[in-house]
Amino acid sequence: MTSTLAAAQARNLRERPRSPPRDDPEDLGGLRPARPGARACDDDVVDETASVEEVDTVSEAAAPAAPAPAAQPAPFALSRVRRRRQGSVIAGVTGGVADHLGVDVLRVRLVFVLLVAASGAGFLAYAALWLFCPIEPRGVRRELPPNERRQGLGLATLGVGLAFVLSALGGELSGWVTVPLGVVLAGVALVWREADTGTGVAAGATRRARWLGGKLGLVRALAGALLVTAGIAAFLLGNIDLGQVQFGLLAALATLAGVVVLTVPWWLRLVRELGTERTERIRGQARADIAAHLHDSVLQTLALIQKQAGEDASGREVRRLARSQERELRAWLYGPPGGDTGHPAAATDATLAATLAAAAGEVEDDYGVRVAPVVVGDAPLDPDTAALVAAAREAMVNAAKHAGVDEIDVYAEVETETVEIFVRDRGCGFDPAAVPDDRRGLAGSITDRMARHGGKVQLRSTPGAGTEVGLVLPRARRGTPAAATPDSEEETR
Amino acid sequence: MSEPAAPDDAVSVVIVDDHALFRRGVRAELESLARRTVSVVGEAGSVDEAVAVIGHRRPDVVLLDVHMPDGGGAAVLARTRPEHPEVVFLALSVSDAAEDVISVIRAGARGYVTKTISGRELADAVVRVHAGDAVFSPRLAGFVLDAFADRPGATGVVDPELDQLTRRERDVLRLLARGWSYKEIAAELVISVKTVETHVSSVLRKTQSSNRHELTRWASDRRLV
Repeated sequence: MTSTLAAAQARNLRERPRSPPRDDPEDLGGLRPARPGARACDDDVVDETASVEEVDTVSEAAAPAAPAPAAQPAPFALSRVRRRRQGSVIAGVTGGVADHLGVDVLRVRLVFVLLVAASGAGFLAYAALWLFCPIEPRGVRRELPPNERRQGLGLATLGVGLAFVLSALGGELSGWVTVPLGVVLAGVALVWREADTGTGVAAGATRRARWLGGKLGLVRALAGALLVTAGIAAFLLGNIDLGQVQFGLLAALATLAGVVVLTVPWWLRLVRELGTERTERIRGQARADIAAHLHDSVLQTLALIQKQAGEDASGREVRRLARSQERELRAWLYGPPGGDTGHPAAATDATLAATLAAAAGEVEDDYGVRVAPVVVGDAPLDPDTAALVAAAREAMVNAAKHAGVDEIDVYAEVETETVEIFVRDRGCGFDPAAVPDDRRGLAGSITDRMARHGGKVQLRSTPGAGTEVGLVLPRARRGTPAAATPDSEEETR
Repeated sequence: MSEPAAPDDAVSVVIVDDHALFRRGVRAELESLARRTVSVVGEAGSVDEAVAVIGHRRPDVVLLDVHMPDGGGAAVLARTRPEHPEVVFLALSVSDAAEDVISVIRAGARGYVTKTISGRELADAVVRVHAGDAVFSPRLAGFVLDAFADRPGATGVVDPELDQLTRRERDVLRLLARGWSYKEIAAELVISVKTVETHVSSVLRKTQSSNRHELTRWASDRRLV
């Protein structure tokens, strides 16, 4: 039987790391009844094959996991032992074990009583299970015979009595030790139980409130503390003379007071940090909710508006407005568009990607075309790259004005040696060898600007198939800032 | 798979999106622009509906919204692909976030287009994914190039076959990101359109199964947004 406990306990320990310490007891209500009875059969098999190392195994297996937060219900781990909340005598441990194994609770209690009688081994087992098994979520209802609790109480008393009688008979413990020990145990049980009712509700402040929640709880906790103190005092009094006790008590009190005074700032900081962390978490969650909502509603609607807008002048205007709004919202949700995604650049440091995206946005707004910049890699903005973006903007404006298209593709790639930007449209195109003068002039301004910064322009255009302007800029040598070329009017564009 | 009122060789499509208005818009566009090549055989507004409709209708192509309640497009992919591996998924989203794009591609979609795509282009993309091509929008090509970039600080290559792009694949992707069509790319690189398709499919395969840090990170830190 006890080896079953050991096996169950061992499984609990194994499962602990997988189950995050979440605590929404209400949410778990639905999961709770799903605990399969099949598990019990499984355990029976284990019971037969496992060694009879019993209680020692429990405490040894349990010991390394001691720092783990006790009594936190873990979601999704169906086979955990969960202490009963309803109809418990001390902490619902036996009820939980009985549920887990699918046997009658009376039998489990009897086993524990016998174990307690065996030099108090049952105490250890019970305490370990209490510590390491979470309590079941609130709201689990079960039919319990009315006399079961009384029966359990009787059995518990019987077990404790039996333990003391047997140990006294065996001469292992003198009366002076046994009685105070019993008092201390009762006090510990009282305090633990009081602390326990609050667990599984929430971490942080709520837990703290629960700890001290309710006058009755406070009274119980105080009574428990009193019992423990009385037990210890009785024990000491029985063994040492009064003078020593006085000195010892004073020393202990002084030390305690010293420790409390010394750690005051630490406690204060802990409380404050808990508060800050909580507000931040709530704020972050609220923002994520808003973002999700905006994404699912507004962004979708804006996409729809762009799709459905007509082809006439007013339709184009509607599309332009929707596109502009979409871009702003997207920038707010995901950081600058087209950037080196995944880690949106901070708004403060100007980068090539952000500047190019801004330029594309301006062209979109001014000319009512759709410009979709795709940027691979990113580079800081210096006079050279700023001029590159300005040239790219000119190319976009050209395409928007002359190509007669709705959409312009912009692709920028930052490599170790060069930065390239391609502006492409699928519009009317032209023959580069025979262009009208105004066009040549614009292309010239792009070419000149690039040449001044050591870059070059590749122009491809086929009448009827569109135009692509490629801008290639060798990257500035490390450590040598680019020659200060006075063309501030370009950078402001 | 008998479809009334549509030619037998039309590509059957199911539209999955939780916005009814959007479904109607896409349906109307596909029906008016591409009646001969594409026929819409079903719609679904939730993950459960999508699983049911796809199981019942067995469409050739599913147009899949990435963002839906209950897990979104990735959940639909996870639940239908094991049973219907022959169904091809084309993701459709308003999101431009790399983690959305990459995660849905890694979940098994063969392409990704944004919702502002024109009806004609959408019809074309449906036909192309049905034919076995991957549909790489310029943006997706950019994300993939970025993910496979060998810039300083990038994590080491574990499996060269999967974790690196060949020079040719990179060239093709770069031109795709510049907005070129397959035909133009083929002409530029002096290869056949078929070869371009092969390169793109190979890039898709690498994007789906490579364990490169950038890809797995994007796929795993997918935010709820």
